[in-house]
Amino acid sequence: MANKKKKTLTATQQQYQSFAKEREPQRPVIKNSIRAFFAGGTICFIGQGIQDAMVHWFHFDEEKAGDPTVAILILISVILTSLGIYDKFAQWAGAGSAVPVTGFANSMCSAALEHRSEGYVLGVGGNMFKLAGSVIVFGVVAAFIIGIIHIFLGTGGA
Amino acid sequence: MMLQGHQSWKFENKPVIISSAAIVGPEEGKGPLVNDFDIIHEDNWLGQDSWEKAEQKFMEEAAKLAVKKASLRTEDIDFYLGGDLMNQIISSSFTARTLAVPYVGVFGACSTSMVSLSISSLFVNSGAANHVVCGACSHNSSVEKQFRYPTEYGSQKPPTAQYTVTGAGASVIAKEGSGPKVVGATVGKVVDMGITDPFNMGVAMAPAAVDTIEAHLRDFQITPDYYDLIVTGDLAKVGHQIASDLFHKHKIPIDQTEFNDCGLMIYELDEYLIIAGGSGCGCSAVVTYGHLMKKLRTGELNRILVVATGALHSPISYQQGESIPCIAHAVSIESEK
Repeated sequence: MANKKKKTLTATQQQYQSFAKEREPQRPVIKNSIRAFFAGGTICFIGQGIQDAMVHWFHFDEEKAGDPTVAILILISVILTSLGIYDKFAQWAGAGSAVPVTGFANSMCSAALEHRSEGYVLGVGGNMFKLAGSVIVFGVVAAFIIGIIHIFLGTGGA
Repeated sequence: MMLQGHQSWKFENKPVIISSAAIVGPEEGKGPLVNDFDIIHEDNWLGQDSWEKAEQKFMEEAAKLAVKKASLRTEDIDFYLGGDLMNQIISSSFTARTLAVPYVGVFGACSTSMVSLSISSLFVNSGAANHVVCGACSHNSSVEKQFRYPTEYGSQKPPTAQYTVTGAGASVIAKEGSGPKVVGATVGKVVDMGITDPFNMGVAMAPAAVDTIEAHLRDFQITPDYYDLIVTGDLAKVGHQIASDLFHKHKIPIDQTEFNDCGLMIYELDEYLIIAGGSGCGCSAVVTYGHLMKKLRTGELNRILVVATGALHSPISYQQGESIPCIAHAVSIESEK
């Protein structure tokens, strides 16, 4: 397991790190949180708009309308990534652009684009899930555990 | 005697930098040093189909231009010394393949520009070579790809993050000729202060720069006012401030001279792209071979100390939780007079 604590620092290293800490600009957490709140909210608002449009004009029922909505959001994210816009937006939006499905699409698309030069099989195919892979692995593991809990307790869900 | 003090060399024969070339990409062309570069490319692909090939192209162009500016042909060059940040220093080795000149690859991460310059000067000073080409290069996208995330991946960078310079610098060192002279060099020690964050390079490298500068002043028995300018490679905003404060703490009168950083000189800082300043092998290479050489030739500067700083980690070492070992190499350059 990778939970081995950092190797112990010498006195000089500790001294320097606290010396440097005083001079290092910190991440502006509050500003970032506010931006993430609005950026993430805006993406979800657009998603909701698409979903309503699907129900209203394309006669999807409430439940099925989610599928084309996600597909459209992914498409938008992939286009913006390919045009080199998404990463600039993300520097401003932070978690607001990383958490929604658009962030997941960006992580796959950017990795695929980046490794295009190494060929389709070893490059694109082998590296596409470089960043997104862990989300899928831990997502599936978490779902499995929740599933077991669900069987034994028989609570919640439809 | 050439060894000076503990870890420095004094070049009695004063090898001459007879020509230099600096070639950069579009972002560097928007910076304040725009008039000091030989070529500014609008397209950072340079017509190639990968970032790695584009980086190599930068190095090839810079090396060829430096040779051309010296009115030499590649056959007149005895050795080529170069390095870069790519795995197995491919940009430099592949450039050597194109140049077809005897080649020594060197690696000092972002300090490579001064590693190659000091060893080239050593070659020329000792009579082991008449003409040596040395240089270093980096490319923003190839470095991001290798060390961090895919270039288009949307991750928010912290305020200590730096922007890798796209560009290459090269020079021709000769026994005689006209141009700035290399008079001394100090080889740095590896300094590791236990910093593990690859988005915080300035903080990791500052103690190495301070260590090398102090060693240089000690070995040559001089004070900072000996130089018109002491310039570090790529400490950027945060690292530069820390280095200045460390000098004050160690009672070194750094205020006697102008103390600056190539990473701060090359760009106008902003909040979204450049953030804390420039970095990479190309940073100190293009600033030294473009901007500083020009000032030394016109006589605006007489004596300078270039201290290129490098972080010697690999993408694997920091994922395994290793801290970032850093190094700095100093080269003392004088104008012709």
